[in-house]
Parts: sequence; C-alpha cells; structure tokens
Amino acid sequence: MEQILFYILAGTTLVAALLTVNTAKIYRAVVYLLIALLGIAGIYFQMNYDFMGAVQLSVYAGGVMVLLVYVVMLTEKVGEPIRRIAPFRRAIAGITVLLLMGLALFAIWKFDFQTLGNDSPVTVEQVGKAMLSYERNGFVLPFEVISVLLLAVMIGAIVIAKSKIQKNTDQ
Amino acid sequence: MMNMLSINIFQTWLEQTHGIWYVLVLAGIAAIYLGFFAVAGLMLVYLERRVAGYFQLRLGPNRVGPWGLLQTIADALKLVSKEIFVPKMADKLLYKAGYYIVIIAALLALAVIPFARQIQALDFNVGLFFISAVSSVGVLGILIGAWGSRNKYSLIGAMRSGLQMISYELSAGFAIIAVVLMSGTLKMTGIVEAQKHTWFLFQGHLPAIIAFMIFLISGTAETNRVPFDLVEGESELGAGFHTEYSGMGFAFFFLAEFINMFIIAALGATLFLGGWLAPFGITDGLPAQWLWGIIWFLLKVFVLIFLLMWFRWTFPRIRIDQLLTLEWKYLLPIGLVNTVIMAWMVWKDWLIHLG
Repeated sequence: MEQILFYILAGTTLVAALLTVNTAKIYRAVVYLLIALLGIAGIYFQMNYDFMGAVQLSVYAGGVMVLLVYVVMLTEKVGEPIRRIAPFRRAIAGITVLLLMGLALFAIWKFDFQTLGNDSPVTVEQVGKAMLSYERNGFVLPFEVISVLLLAVMIGAIVIAKSKIQKNTDQ
Repeated sequence: MMNMLSINIFQTWLEQTHGIWYVLVLAGIAAIYLGFFAVAGLMLVYLERRVAGYFQLRLGPNRVGPWGLLQTIADALKLVSKEIFVPKMADKLLYKAGYYIVIIAALLALAVIPFARQIQALDFNVGLFFISAVSSVGVLGILIGAWGSRNKYSLIGAMRSGLQMISYELSAGFAIIAVVLMSGTLKMTGIVEAQKHTWFLFQGHLPAIIAFMIFLISGTAETNRVPFDLVEGESELGAGFHTEYSGMGFAFFFLAEFINMFIIAALGATLFLGGWLAPFGITDGLPAQWLWGIIWFLLKVFVLIFLLMWFRWTFPRIRIDQLLTLEWKYLLPIGLVNTVIMAWMVWKDWLIHLG
C-alpha cells in the first residue's frame, strides 16, 4: 500500500515536472510546478518527515509559488504561448541540461546512501536546538548570517520604497 | 514513540485493515470529512443569514423547512441545476483548478483539527505549522482561478486577496507563536492537553488576550470577510476573484470561504479556549467522553463564529491603505513586542496555573 502511494506521488511529481518545462504557456508552467512541489511534500509526509513536509509546503508551495505567480503576471503576454527560440540557443540549452543531469546522476551514483530507521522522526525541538547550537554540527553561524541578510533586504526595500515617495513629492 | 501516545480512532481503523479494506477505510474517512465539509458549509451559510437577520432586526430565512433550516439546501440545489459557464478566453484547466486547490487546502487544514480526544484524522508533530503552511496554498487557488478566468476584475480581486493573505499571515503567525511558547509543542492534541487546568487565554495574562485579538483580526482578514472583503468589493470589482464563476464553481468558492471561517474559529477555540476540554472539567466523569468533547468543541467554535459574523454585520469595509496600515503599522509591531513579552513570561514562569 505504502509503495503504491509512493509511486502515485512520485509519478505525479515527475509528470508535473516534465509538463513544467514543456508547456508553452508560462502561467501553466507555474501551476505544474506547484503540483510537482506538492508531490514532493507528499513524499516527505510519507517518510514521516513531517517537519520537512510542512516546510516544503509553506516555503515552496506557499511562499515561492506566490512570488512566482506575481512575477509571472508582470511578464509580457502571459497567456499566449511563448516564442520559439533560435535552434542555436536551443542546442546550447540542451547541452547544458545534459551536462547538469550527468553531474547530478554522477553524484547520486557515487554517494553512499544509508537507510535510516523510520521510527525516529526529527522533532521541531531538535531542529530549534540545532539552529542555535554553537557546538559541532550547530547552525548558529548560518542562522545569524541569514538574519543579517534578511535585515539588509528589509532595510533595502524600505529605502527603495521611501526614495520613490520623496521624488513624487518633489515634482 | 511520541505517536503512540495519541492513537486516534481514524488511525486505529487504518492500522487494523489491510489490502482492499485499507483503501475502503481511507475512502470512508475522506467521505466523512467531505460530508462534514458540505454539511458544515451549508449550516454556516444558514447561520450567517440568520445572524444577519438578527442584527438587522428581521427574521432571515424562515420558510423552507422548520425555522428555514432547509433554505441553504434549496439554494444548493438551485446552484447545481445552473449552467456552468466558462468564459471563451478562459484557460479551462486553470479555471477549474482554482476551486479544487482552494477546497483541498481547506480540507487538509480540517484534517489536523482535533474535534475531540481521539477524533482527528491526522495528528502531526507539527500540526499547527502544517495548518499555516496549508492555508498559504489556498491563496494560490484564488490567484490561479482568477488568472484562468482572464478577467481584469477577477485578477485585481485575486491580487488584493494575495496581498492581504500574505500580510495578515504574519501577524496570525505571531499570535500562534505566543501560544506555542506557552504550550511548548506544535502538536494539536498536545496544545489542548496543556490547557487542562487553565485555558491559554487566561494562562498568559494580558499578552495572551492581545494574541487572541490579533488572531481574530488576522483570521477575519485571511478568510476575506468583512471588514476585509476588498477582494470582492461589489461596488468596485463586480464580485472580485469569482466574477466569472457560475453555478457550482461559485458555490465551491463560497463553501470554501465558510469552511475557512470554521477553521479559523476552530483554531481559535483549540489554541486559546481549550479545544474539546470542558470548562472547569464539569463533564469529566460522565460517559461518552468523545461526545462531550465534540459538544464543547463545537460550542466554543460556534461562539467564535458568532463573533466573526458579528464583525461582518457591524463594521464597514475598509480601504486598501487602511488595511495595510492596520497590518504593518499596528498589528505586526504589537505582535512582535507581544511575543517577546510572552517569551519573557514563560521563561520566568509567570503563567497562571489553576488547579
């Protein structure tokens, strides 16, 4: 039963991922991508990896997708099929994709994956402790770096928004 | 091992069955939730109209069935018999995907809510986080559906909806964090059990009450209800994001809106009002505990729903700049400070523990 569910989820994810890159309508690509991301979240939940699944849902399916939807709405001629690209560029794109796929396959082939027991799901407590731990395998430095980055982004956004208002009042 | 403590009846059903029965039981549980979805949605629409009548000194629906109880069923039948009209230029796939995504998101959130001890489809360790994650997927349904209908009013309504939900999710998140600080767990059953002696609304003095108020305000905004219904401002946008939907397409969005209201109220009841626990444990020794649990839970949810409906028929719709000011200049800073105070209180153990 678990296996059937896994194949359904994995199949949906793969088909949606293929459709994402093959559809001619950019807005539909966004929707297919959403389905692919939801499928991955489903696989996490099936592995009893609840926290990761919820993060996948809220960060990718929630946050990134909403951002993408807004970005795509701002592009030109959203509803129309996109233009065909010149054959030379397509060849370059194809080669890049093949190379990257080779790299990914090589990494997956070489890496020594180990099966973990299914009975110890990561708790939120463990995640929180690891996030603030400064010992070995602790994440306090990346955590702080990200907070500084986010602060910089917020200040940048406020500055950009403010300067526009001042220009408008000057005129 | 943590999961062993919280075996609920749905999980036991699933564990005792194999093969084809497993699928049937799974489908049965899904059918129960879908049934609840439909019945609760219809009842809430009826309730809304009666409450509206009450606030406007009239009776509301009272002709079909006893006290007009069958009115919404008649309405639903009418909607089913209506033609489903799809605009010519619409992207049919996205147009249809819209309401399915909204409904699935609402159903997923419903699955984590504990109705009584053991009566809950899923008891994640991260239940609360799961609900907030799923509710952000619901926004996408509205955006996608509105885009699919290729109508500028739909699109403007959906853009407003997205803006509003993303903004207010932040302060709802802070209100929820205040509760998580007190409970120390994200698990829904764990949160309810932690309120055994005192509800969180009273355990955390003033900060908890502030968090509750922020939660109700942002909950109203997230469900796109008055006074935050700019999404479907009739005077400006036709009907907002569901302008192009007719018949059942419209009904699905409408039902999902009411179920989302139920989810917000149920979340409020679980987080702040002790979920299925009886006040002062007055029904604790009685038989059929699960029934009492459901009764108390639904009673608390009803009170909160009444409050939300009261908002709707009392406040006028606010402007978009007022909406953003309220969130970014008032609710969010208050929520941030409130969370810090709450953390301090939990650290110093200043919470109120009765009994």
